[in-house]
Amino acid sequence: MKTRGTLLAAIAGILALGVLASRCAPSGPRGARRGAAVSDLAAAAMKVYVAPGDLDEYYMFASGGHSGQMYVYGLPSGRHISTIPVFTPYPATGYGFDDESKAMLGGLSWGDAHHPALSETSGDYDGRWLFINDMNARVARIDLRDFKTKQILGPIPNVSGNHASSFVTPNTEYAVMGSRFSIPIPKGTPAGVDKYATEYKGVVTGVRIDPKSGEMALGWQIVMPPFDYDLGDAGKAASDGWVFFSSYNTERATGKLEVTASQRDRDYIAAVDWRMAEQLAAKGEGQTIGGVKVIDPAKNPGLVYFMPCGKSPHGVDVSPDGKYIIGSGKLQGVTTAFNWEKVQTAMRNKDFAGDEDGIPVLKYESIKDAEVPVGLGPLHTQFGPDGHAYTSLFVDSAIAKWKLGTWEVVDKVPMSYSIGHLAAAHGDTVKPHGRWLVGLNKLSHGRHLSVGPSQPESSQLVDVSEEKMKLLLDFFTEPEPHYAQIIKADLLKPIEVYPKEENKHPHAVWDVKDAGVTRSGTKVLVKMVAVRSTLTPTDFEVREGDEVTIALTNIEQTTDELHGLGVLDHDINIVVDPGETKTVTFKAKKRGVYPYYCTNFCSALHQEMQGYLIVR
Amino acid sequence: MRETLASVNRFLDAPLEVAPRLLLVAALLCLVPTYLTPLYNMTMFAAQYQDGLRLDIYSYKLVGGHDNQDVKEINVLNHYIGMKDLVTEDFDEFKWLPFVIGILGLLFLRAAVLGKASHLVDVTVLYLYFGLFALWSFGYKMYQYGHNLDSTAAVRVDPFMPPMFGYKKLANFEVYSYPQLGSYGLALAALMLAAALFFAWRQWRRAPATT
Repeated sequence: MKTRGTLLAAIAGILALGVLASRCAPSGPRGARRGAAVSDLAAAAMKVYVAPGDLDEYYMFASGGHSGQMYVYGLPSGRHISTIPVFTPYPATGYGFDDESKAMLGGLSWGDAHHPALSETSGDYDGRWLFINDMNARVARIDLRDFKTKQILGPIPNVSGNHASSFVTPNTEYAVMGSRFSIPIPKGTPAGVDKYATEYKGVVTGVRIDPKSGEMALGWQIVMPPFDYDLGDAGKAASDGWVFFSSYNTERATGKLEVTASQRDRDYIAAVDWRMAEQLAAKGEGQTIGGVKVIDPAKNPGLVYFMPCGKSPHGVDVSPDGKYIIGSGKLQGVTTAFNWEKVQTAMRNKDFAGDEDGIPVLKYESIKDAEVPVGLGPLHTQFGPDGHAYTSLFVDSAIAKWKLGTWEVVDKVPMSYSIGHLAAAHGDTVKPHGRWLVGLNKLSHGRHLSVGPSQPESSQLVDVSEEKMKLLLDFFTEPEPHYAQIIKADLLKPIEVYPKEENKHPHAVWDVKDAGVTRSGTKVLVKMVAVRSTLTPTDFEVREGDEVTIALTNIEQTTDELHGLGVLDHDINIVVDPGETKTVTFKAKKRGVYPYYCTNFCSALHQEMQGYLIVR
Repeated sequence: MRETLASVNRFLDAPLEVAPRLLLVAALLCLVPTYLTPLYNMTMFAAQYQDGLRLDIYSYKLVGGHDNQDVKEINVLNHYIGMKDLVTEDFDEFKWLPFVIGILGLLFLRAAVLGKASHLVDVTVLYLYFGLFALWSFGYKMYQYGHNLDSTAAVRVDPFMPPMFGYKKLANFEVYSYPQLGSYGLALAALMLAAALFFAWRQWRRAPATT
């Protein structure tokens, strides 16, 4: 009897032990188990709430990556306000359909827009223009007076994969370009990848900007070793006159780059003396390649230096005072702060560790001030007004806040998920505002109502006005924001109608009486007027085979009175803003009757705003 | 000395009573879960993996969470640091573990049926050896994965030992490692054997010396 009791007790004990021991993995990570306090939520909500009718405090211009567009958001609300088409047709505004924008796109219907740059005066945003790069060796200028793309420069000769772009100099003297993919130059020269190390070339370029009109033109071009030039930033204040490009694959490797280009512990940040480049270009220095003068830095000492930076650096960012250059090795756990004073001293003293194709490599130990232990996968750095820097951490999926000078990391805020760039209010200028910081994340999984496999990118607003960073808001940015610029709203004074007196279009007509059709040979010009609620003429005839140009003028001078013109069965869809004239040219290919109508809802009798194109 | 040895021999020859035999059968039953449930689970969380990447190690296979997708994801991530892919074929354990456990189960049954204390001692010792060897083998495997890192990998990390039990922070991952039902079954079987030995010994001591 006693034995059985002991036995039962033993079994019970064993079972209890088993239950106690059967610990298993938690259902979520540690951070997820901390819920935000209710009062915090209320405070966060109040900070981002912009009441109906009220306006946001800041504009955020986010690039749209391979959508080829720019997207305009309001902060702190995170509301998407508008889309500015740049490298891609956009039927909503008729962009890429009218003759002028079609010509500007130059036959490409895609672009990969990464790094917007607001024009600057004395190192701070002046609200005049917005520049944006395209991987296809192009840079575009958007005029912030009307938020329209005004110029697409390029494709520029010799530049391949224009990723290290469009960063502007402190007085918008130049926007820059840098090739992420080295190729044999000029374009069109075939050479196998076995010749990569010697026959492939990288190229960096300065795009000169007219200080009055903003018109862009090629300024100077420098041939570089075949590295992958990734990002850039212009020096400012103390380092004004220089521009910095990060580079990876200094191994000059080919093939499986994720391995072959990750072998060296340090790659380089290239420091380019753009004033010297400007002078050399003015003197006609360089060899003509692909139709443009290309300067060789080996023959022009002092033009380019390499600053070693670990490992496979992505972002290079200059502090507001220009004294520090922050290089983030994306395969490391630290970001490196270079002291510009030390860099200059090393340049003067020829404190070199070697050279790359004749370009001196400075000694790492001589020029760096600190390796800041920000966390894993540091990519980009933005700045605050109080000597703080904010570095995005891709692998850690967080933002680290740290102090320039003391190099201590003071705070971290998690990002959901895998942050790429980050943008702070005036965060790359000489006068950062602090206040708002936006993390531009690469992954959003599960942060939104499910929309199937093709998921939006999540962006997150962080309040940086206090010591501790506070995550306030998730919002979803059109694919795929790379970099963004955040500018105080009152610095922009956009027009809302095109004044009649500024319209110098040769085919503009301002009275319905002047609308009509004129023919010369097989060319037909239709001057059409759009005003509530008629498209005049309401019908017109052409002959099969004619080349027809419709010049459509919106003679409204009232805000938000847009009109459109869609011609059925034709690839014609344009939109004219109040006071604007656009032309669209097409071949009348097929006989028949084709209705046209106003596509942009305008008035109570919008539905009646229609007519007929008759092709005989 | 001689007396002690003789005593031990007498014990080894002694027939087992009901309780130890039942415990042997119970120990056998404790092995059954190793064929049905995982021995071990590793779960990894990172900011990007709120759901966790989960790895269940059975005695004969490796199964990832999310319909096995997690194994692929773990391998994709580990290739950045040059870790060898986790593939079932690389685990020799999967070949001998189920077989050896089966043999041990049969030996438990043999001891229960033939019913001599020596049989019980045999299987207990064998089982103890098996348990320690399996544990070492598992630990060694983990060590190998964390230490044999490709020196040409994109990201170089210091060699590391994944946790055998509990929590460890590895780079941006929170890693949790816990035994699962299968292992608890194995542990319970060991306890059953110990209990069987205990009862067998006690009952033999208490039994009147009939010979």
